[in-house]
Amino acid sequence: MAETGTKEVLKKEAETPAGIERTRSTKVYTPAVDIMERQDDIVIIADMPGVDEQSVDITLDKNVLTIYGTVEPEIPEHHRLAFAEYGVGDYQRVFTLTDEIDRDKIQASVKNGVLKLVLPKAEKAKTRKIEVKAEA
Amino acid sequence: MALTNWDRLARLMDPWREFEQLNQVFSGSDAPCGELPLFNVWLATDTAMVTTEVPGIETGAIDISVMGKSVTVRGSRESEEVKDGVEYHRRERWYGRFSKTFEIPFTVDADKVEARFKKGVLYISLPRAEADKPKKITIKSE
Repeated sequence: MAETGTKEVLKKEAETPAGIERTRSTKVYTPAVDIMERQDDIVIIADMPGVDEQSVDITLDKNVLTIYGTVEPEIPEHHRLAFAEYGVGDYQRVFTLTDEIDRDKIQASVKNGVLKLVLPKAEKAKTRKIEVKAEA
Repeated sequence: MALTNWDRLARLMDPWREFEQLNQVFSGSDAPCGELPLFNVWLATDTAMVTTEVPGIETGAIDISVMGKSVTVRGSRESEEVKDGVEYHRRERWYGRFSKTFEIPFTVDADKVEARFKKGVLYISLPRAEADKPKKITIKSE
């Protein structure tokens, strides 16, 4: 029986904070993300199949960055689902940002169901190299 | 809810599952993604549709082959090259090679198979071969 649980891990449902209920009937999944830090920015890449640039919402409220992707399920006409490994639903994931991000310069793009967020580091947070001068 | 229950039932009833897993162990499968991507199969009387979520894949990296009743989808999703000075904080997205074969309850007309890729989702429509369709027999009254 342990085996049956694995699939749910593969496509995880998003957690709802206690006491909050959804008003839409669709499921909400947590997209898998890669987060990498480069010298000048932090890049978040999220797998959100079924989402395009029009159906993804990115909101930044204080230091909370929320990505929400709405998916319109495409159900083939007159077909019945004979075998199912994945469910279709919306995507949501919440990140907290620190002060080191330059909020005005956040960029987002979607290609083939992959969301890419570039969060540039604020000028002051960039690592600066301090040269050590030899005193004469 | 319906989907997960379906899923569980389908997996429990699949006798090939363990065999597949063993096979994967012995063949030293190079796919770190394990069972990903996930597939759904839709059926109608004269057509079937296989869908899978493969976000970010290049269409050239997907190979679909049809033989009789079986459909095989192969492909690979590459991980991005990690450049110097890049530090990963999180790495959850799958990558690697995959291969999956389905058996459809009817013979597929290989010439009429169509595949489209939209927003990271691959749709393969598999029409039933004309020769395989049930024939209607008219009864002559004497």
